[in-house]
Amino acid sequence: MNWTNLLKIALRAIAANKTRSSLTALGIIIGIASVITMLAIGQGSKQSIQSNIAEMGSNMIMISPGSDGRPGVRMDPSAMETLKLNDYEAIKEECHFVSAVSPTCTKSGQFIYGNENTPSTMYGVSIDYLEIRQLSVTEGEMFTENDINTNAKVCVLGQTVVDNLFPAGGSPIGKVVRLGSIPFRVVGILKKKGYNSMGMDQDDLVLAPYTTVMKRLLAQTYLGGIQCSAITEGVTEQATEEITTILRRNHKLREATDTFAGDDNDFNIRSQEELASMMNSTTSMLTILLGCVAGISLIVGGIGIMNIMYVSVTERTREIGLRMSVGARGIDILNQFLIEAILLSVSGGIMGVLLGVGAAYAVNALAHWPIAIENWTIVMSFAVCTLTGVFFGWYPAKKASRLDPIEAIRYE
Amino acid sequence: MKTVIELRDVKRDFLVGEETVHALKGVSFEIHEGEFVTIMGKSGSGKSTLLNQLGCLDTPTSGDYLLDGISVRSMSRSQRAVLRNRKIGFIFQNYNLLPKTTSVENVELPLMYNSAVSARERRERAIEALKAVGLGDRLMHKSNQMSGGQMQRVAIARALVNNPAVILADEATGNLDTRTSFEILVLFQKLHAEGRTIIFVTHNPEIASYSSRNISLRDGRVISDTHNDNILSAAEALAALPPAEED
Repeated sequence: MNWTNLLKIALRAIAANKTRSSLTALGIIIGIASVITMLAIGQGSKQSIQSNIAEMGSNMIMISPGSDGRPGVRMDPSAMETLKLNDYEAIKEECHFVSAVSPTCTKSGQFIYGNENTPSTMYGVSIDYLEIRQLSVTEGEMFTENDINTNAKVCVLGQTVVDNLFPAGGSPIGKVVRLGSIPFRVVGILKKKGYNSMGMDQDDLVLAPYTTVMKRLLAQTYLGGIQCSAITEGVTEQATEEITTILRRNHKLREATDTFAGDDNDFNIRSQEELASMMNSTTSMLTILLGCVAGISLIVGGIGIMNIMYVSVTERTREIGLRMSVGARGIDILNQFLIEAILLSVSGGIMGVLLGVGAAYAVNALAHWPIAIENWTIVMSFAVCTLTGVFFGWYPAKKASRLDPIEAIRYE
Repeated sequence: MKTVIELRDVKRDFLVGEETVHALKGVSFEIHEGEFVTIMGKSGSGKSTLLNQLGCLDTPTSGDYLLDGISVRSMSRSQRAVLRNRKIGFIFQNYNLLPKTTSVENVELPLMYNSAVSARERRERAIEALKAVGLGDRLMHKSNQMSGGQMQRVAIARALVNNPAVILADEATGNLDTRTSFEILVLFQKLHAEGRTIIFVTHNPEIASYSSRNISLRDGRVISDTHNDNILSAAEALAALPPAEED
């Protein structure tokens, strides 16, 4: 028995009963498509919930200056001078678990444009600050690295400041606002963020290069603080430890020995532990939920495929009997059904993947649900459904090929 | 004349529950090339079991069966499948054509399992066989577009296509009306005249008078084995039938 003939036999059998073949393929198409669509919606929801929590800054790490070792007097942290630019640079260059880092120094005051004025706070920051605080510029642009290097007098306004200084409307880009006597050219406007959970207006701010604020406004060499983002919530703790090590080394603080208790940190480091743990528990809950969804839809899809393959082979028992009586060996029957099952499962599988991905995008376009299609969901659903299809095409054929030809031919 | 089939004291027992059923209790006969043999018997006579033995679908419990000089008893399932493919042409009561498949493809089927036959030769032999049964104009008709008589002709063509040593027919006219039955019998007599060996299993005693030899079974034994010197012509019987409307 050669494979060309077998392939021809299988193709003829598929072509001879188009209805049965397409229904069989349909079982597999629906099975795979439903799994992919369900998982796309599930993954999408998971990612959207995760990013909602992340937007609250769950991976944020804040470093503020602390005691500088003068015993007996506890001083206001803002008066501390322990954090310097080289601390910022060291964290930026050496820290592996940190994706973004920005120095901060602030100056509050009255901002003036024309005959309007409003109290607000200017934050001297680096470009990374946008990422750390999940801010984005809607109009104009963020100031550049070059602006930072040249202490440029440029700023990016929060929406509240824009509303207060430009009540008549019109684009503030390119206009010059003053803080005290220093003029700043407006280069961008931040996207509105609204109030945070503490009731603080997150749009009442002005961003400027930290060099400009330090040198032109504050005339100081130390920082008000440093803010960082850990790469993910999960590594916040490692990031905190790494930063602590770097800062202690930079500040030449002595480590504890047997006889000496070691120097205290001259800085405070805080992370959003509550948010991070909420993030972690939500993520693991969603992962379990998604696993259930995937598992159930795979089982449902698999059972559908199983049934249709099993029934379609069983109803062909007579055909199997006939083929054996005209000289097909058991192995020929088995190979024929295996080829048929593979052809139908694989072609159905490919169509199922296309349909599933299409349906997911349709859900996204029509219902505006977030979706996310990951490669492993496609690979997994394709593999599981195709293997189920092949197995349940093969198994009843195996049984049928062991029947007596006469028994099979008389099968009702 | 050459012996095509030789049965030597063939016994076949079945185990049904605790009981052993002796379906064949020692059957011996020879069939020579060119014979048209009817095997008759009521249900339970061992007819079907004998047919399964003759068709190499089953092996005897004891005794020996030689098909075209080859001993079947010690063969494996796969070997018997190949033997069926080369030596036997089956014709069934309910035609057993592949559904929704053209006549040519149905007739090609046995040759599909014989890799020595090329695709082109396969097609030529199938067409030739269909012409031999009078269906040269219905090569591309599908099985569900044909009448019972036509379907049985396709089945006969399928049984002829591998040029078998013996044609085995199981109640080949059982599902057909009188007229069509005679038409099929005419075809069998034509094949017989061409020198083919035919074994026709039936419970219809009328058919025996159109064959050259009749073997009767009862309770697993041969009770009579007679040569028919006065073979009736099915063609004449067909002509004598009252004319029926053509379909």
